[in-house]
Parts: sequence; structure tokens; C-alpha cells
Amino acid sequence: MAGESESRIPSGPAISWPSVLVVFLLLAAASYGALIKAPEEATMGLVQRIFYFHVSSAWTGFIAFILVFIGSIAYLRTRALKWDWLSVASAEVGVAFFTVVLVTGPIWAKPVWGIWWTWDARLTSSFLLWVLFVSYLILRTLVDEPERRAMVAAVFGIFATLDIPLVYFSIWWFRTQHPQPVIGNGGSLDGRMWQVLMLCWAATLGVMALLIRIRYRLEAMRMEVDALRLEASRNSR
Amino acid sequence: MPGSAAARSNYCANWSRAEPSGVSTPQTSSPTNGPSDGRNGGPNSGLTVRFSGIEKRYGMRMALRGVSLEIGAGECVALVGHNGSGKTTLLKITALLARPSKGQLTFSSGNSTLSSDDIKHRIGMVAHNILVYDELTAEENLVFFAKLFNLPDPVARARQSLEPVGLSRRASDMVRTFSRGMRQRLAIARALLASPQLLLFDEPAAGLDPEGQQWLGATLSKLHAQGCTIIMSTHGRNETQGSVTRAIRLEAGEVTHDSGPNGDPYGVLALAAVRETAEGDAR
Amino acid sequence: MSLVHATATILAKELRTEFRSRELLGTTIVFVLIVIVLFSFTFNPTSSESRRFGPGLLWLAFLFAGSLMLQPSFLREQTNDTLAALRLAPIDPFSILAGKMAANFLFLLLVELILLPVFAVLYNIAIFPILAPLVLVLALGTIGLATTGTVFSAVAAQARLRELLLPLLLLPVLAPVLIASTEATVGLLRDPSELSPVWLTFLTSFDVVFLTAAWLFGEYLLEE
Repeated sequence: MAGESESRIPSGPAISWPSVLVVFLLLAAASYGALIKAPEEATMGLVQRIFYFHVSSAWTGFIAFILVFIGSIAYLRTRALKWDWLSVASAEVGVAFFTVVLVTGPIWAKPVWGIWWTWDARLTSSFLLWVLFVSYLILRTLVDEPERRAMVAAVFGIFATLDIPLVYFSIWWFRTQHPQPVIGNGGSLDGRMWQVLMLCWAATLGVMALLIRIRYRLEAMRMEVDALRLEASRNSR
Repeated sequence: MPGSAAARSNYCANWSRAEPSGVSTPQTSSPTNGPSDGRNGGPNSGLTVRFSGIEKRYGMRMALRGVSLEIGAGECVALVGHNGSGKTTLLKITALLARPSKGQLTFSSGNSTLSSDDIKHRIGMVAHNILVYDELTAEENLVFFAKLFNLPDPVARARQSLEPVGLSRRASDMVRTFSRGMRQRLAIARALLASPQLLLFDEPAAGLDPEGQQWLGATLSKLHAQGCTIIMSTHGRNETQGSVTRAIRLEAGEVTHDSGPNGDPYGVLALAAVRETAEGDAR
Repeated sequence: MSLVHATATILAKELRTEFRSRELLGTTIVFVLIVIVLFSFTFNPTSSESRRFGPGLLWLAFLFAGSLMLQPSFLREQTNDTLAALRLAPIDPFSILAGKMAANFLFLLLVELILLPVFAVLYNIAIFPILAPLVLVLALGTIGLATTGTVFSAVAAQARLRELLLPLLLLPVLAPVLIASTEATVGLLRDPSELSPVWLTFLTSFDVVFLTAAWLFGEYLLEE
């Protein structure tokens, strides 16, 4: 029986309809807020509205990577594979959100500065983080045995997440020495803009949680299928 | 014990042959081997190993399922079974190289249970690979490991260890230049460096020519006669089975047959040989 | 056996192995030389340009060389499964990592020190007046490189495509070291030469963070 495995698939449906509804409503509210309700920014105009999703995605991706850290440490402590499922799910979702950051950045920059990319601190850090966790995912594909994969991914995951503050600081300090155009609101935000930003952030966090849960269950089911396949091949001899 | 010692020597007379000329067999320990390593129960006693419900899982595959055994001091145990039956895994767990997913492993010497720090000093392992560095000389290898095992006067110890395995003349040669038989002998010298009370062999006869196998068989009986506990995994009939006092058969990670500490191991060994031939024919 | 003693024994073994054949050292030095020569075609190496681009290129060359040179660290232990032999010994598992980290640090530092004067001559940069602080920056950066590189060598040894995997894992993680070391070196080459306290502290923090992480989590990589 595949039940020999210590980690079991969480029971119940993949995602509960109420939670999907809540996230959908949040997203709708956030989009409305960002695209319509929020005051138009003085200099940049319409395209600035993308900033709400750009920044929310960055913060959310960051939180996803913190979950990778937690999952990695927990796996090394307990050796329960479910923590590894959390790590891979969070890493993939984090990479997805940082992809959003890397795409919305140039979309914003082009109309405003006429260039697609500036090596500003946040964008550069996002790029590096993106590369870092893509490496994490590539590492995972190159190790076949589940427990060994979980182990090496956990160690690398810990190193990668510890690197995050070091990346941010070094790039930030570098940029203060060698300034470039900054993609972001240089100045302070209007009160209403803050509200919309927080709403957007809540919405993206909701999407993150949903996606991680779905991916987590997918990983659990993959293990189950592998176990059944093994059992079947053993019985057929 | 004396009764079984007489019985043991009968088997030795039946199965072991003369040693190849010029090569003497190593010893686990002798009074001249430097100061005592602080062992209990006399310099020649072996370790007792107890496995309780040992399980080992690799991914979704169970390499060992609920193995419970007690192997007493001085026993010479043959582990038999096909590839994938769990023999190597069990040996690795005994050597503390792998951790069991479930279950407990206890070692004792004389009457006292040992802590894990103590144990590594007392175990010697000869694995599938030779566990020595190709790019160092034979002597450098042994000096290195002697230092890691915290042995007094590592250089002298290394030189002493080369003699019983007949490698003294090749002490300054790189291991890279050694033949398979010489490598195996160096591997055994390495395992015996710290005068272990428990020896683990993983298919030690594999790849050895008949003369090498004879030497190995004689070596094993000498070690066994000195009271060392030996656990060795073996594949089919060969010269190494001369001193075996107990045979345990593993299949799919479980113990299917165990001749027990006082039983006749040759029944189990024969059964294993038959099974393997049958399966070989079936394929 | 104490951690320090075991580490020293393993370090001695690594040094002996490498200095016997010198193949790794020789190959790495030539590799960095090739990179330095190739870089010279990408910009005009006048004195002022060299001071701007030179340090970055030098550190990049060191990082690439390091990520190649650190491969064999654990791969060598797979040939005859000598890693198992090390783990059988009654030593703290971390000493295996620490011994290799120390050895890799010394090798890399040696390569860097040999190539520094070559670089200075080829790119017309005067390094003698700033030699001491420059070596300090080199050492701090190399500690970070050796520490993470050795750990990732153990990671990559358990995966496929390990030759490609090690640089893939190492270079993004070391980006902060690249930035800090380059900036610190640029600062030293400025007129008047200045040793940036920010970057020095940063490099030290990087080293401390990853040495601690290696100490806490590295041994898991050696288990089965």
C-alpha cells in the first residue's frame, strides 16, 4: 500500500469554493481600485497603475521565498516529505510572481523613460532572485530520488534564501553609488494610493496561497502515483 | 563456547585451504599493538549488535522492513540474498553510514551498552568500493586513516598494518597502480587499522581470483578465531564461507531464514544457493 | 578526535593530493589567464578604463574559475567512495566540509595571488602601493567563494549534469560577493585609494552568514 509513506495527501478537495470566491472578489476589488478608483499619478499617467501589481507581486514573491526557507528547515528537522512539497510549491509560485515583476517593470519603464530596462535596485534584485530560484528548480529536476532531492534542495534553498537580504543590500548600496533611473514612485504615496496598494497586496497574497495549495497537492499526488506504479510493477513480476 | 569452538574448527578443517605462500593473515588485535583502546571484556572480544524493528525507506521503496535480530559477540554471520534484498543497506546501517527510517540499533561490548561516539572506533568495514584514495600511496592512505581514528603513532601503525596483508613492499606505491586483489587487501588493512571488534564485509570475494579468495577465506577464519564479530554479505558459494557460524537470508528487506546463533548455517546457505541458481535459470 | 584536529588532517590530505599532481592548480591558472586575455578584447585597456573595468573582470574571472575548480572537491570522493571512509571515522562530519573548505580557500587564494601581478602588468594597473588591503579584499571574497562553493560541490555531486550545475548554483548566490569585492577593489584603485568600510563589513557578514549556514546544515549533505 502506498500508505507506507509517512506523508499523506491532504484530504478534501483541492481548493474549497469559498476560498476561491474570496480570492476572486479580492482580485476584482483590487483591480477596480488600481485601475479606476485610485487617483491618477501626476507625472506618469495611466501606465503608473501597473505599479500596484508590480510592487504587490514583488512583496508576495518575497513571502513565497520565505516559505521555501521554512519548508527547507522543517524538512531537515523532521524528514517529513510534506515540507518538501511546500518548498517546491512556494518556489514555483515565487518564481511566477517574480516573472510578473520582471514583465511589468519594462511595461512601466518604456512609456515613462523610453527605455525597456533600467538596472535599478528593485528590478535588478528581482532579476537575481528570479535566477536564483530558477536554479533551485533546475537543481530539483536533476535529482531523481525523492528523499535525496528533498535534502539537497533544502540545503540549497536555505542558502538561497539567506542570500536574499545580502542581494538586496549589495545591489541597493551599489545603486546609491552609481545611480540609475528608478522604477517606482520616487516620492511618498498618497493615502488612497496606500490603501489600493494594500488591497492589491492582499489579493496577490490570496492568489499565492491558492496556487501553493494546488501545487502542494499536485506534488503529493505525484508521489502517490509513483508509489502505485512501483507497487504495480512489483506485483506484475 | 568451548564445545562450539571444537565444532568450528571442524568446519575450518573442511573448508579452508592453505594460505598462498608469502602472505600471512592479519589479526584484529595483539598485545603488541600499542596501548589498549579502552575496550571492555578483554582485547579479543567482539561486539554484540541488536537490531529492533529496523526499517529503511528510500523514496517509496522499502529497502528494509522490520528487521529484528541479535548478533552475539564472536559470531560469524553470512548475509545472503539477491541484489536488492537489503544486505548492503543493513550493513550500511550497522556501520552507522545510513540512518534507519524506523527502529533501533544497539551495540554492546561485554556487559555495557555503547554510545555512538564509542562505536565508530570499534567497527571496520570492507565495502563494495575500496574506500582508499587512488592518488595517495598505500602507506599515506593508512597513515591518514590512522590519524582520523586517533590512533597513537599513526606512521608505525600504518606500516604494521601493511605487513599482514602482504603490501609492505608496495607501501610507497600509488594505489592507482594496484591490481584488484591488492586493492582489496589494502581495503582490509584499512578496516583493521583500529583493531575493530566488529567487522562488516560487503561481498568481499567479488572480483577476486581463486587465490585471492583462498587468502580471504583464511583471513576470515583467523579473525573469527580471535573472537571478532563478523557480518558479511555473500553471493553464492565461495571460499569465504568456511568460518561462518550463522546464516541469515534476506528477501525484499525481510529476514526469511535465520539459522540462529547455535544452528547449522549450511542449510540456509544451501537454500540460498539453490534459489539463486533457479532464478538465474528462469531469467 | 577534535573538530580542529580532524579538519587539519583532512586539509593536509587535500593539500598533499593537489600539490602532488598540481593539475587542478595549473589548469585553473591557465583558465583565468585565458579569460583575462579574452577580456582585453572587449574594451580599450587604457589606464583609466582599466581601473574602471578591470576589477570587475578580474573578479568575474575568479568566480568562473572557482566554480570550475571547486567541482572535484567532492567528485574525487566518489571514485572509490572515500566519502564513506571519511564518514566511518569517528570525526565530526562537519570537519570533512571544513577541511575541504580550507583547502579550496588556500588553492583559490594561491591562484589569485599568482595572477594578480600578471593582471596588473597586462592592464597597466599599479597594485604594489595597495597590496595589503587588496589581499585583504581577496581573502574575504575568497572565503565566501570557497565556503559556498564547497557546500554546493557536495550538492552537485548528488545530481546529474554536475559540471553545469555547480556554476548554475554558485554564481547567482555569489553575486553579492562579486559586487562587494569589485566595488572594494575599485575603491582601492581610485586616487586617493580608499578602503570602503561598508563593503568590507558586508563581505565579512557574507562570510559569517554562510560559514554558519554550512556549519549548521552542511552535514546533512553527507548523509545517506
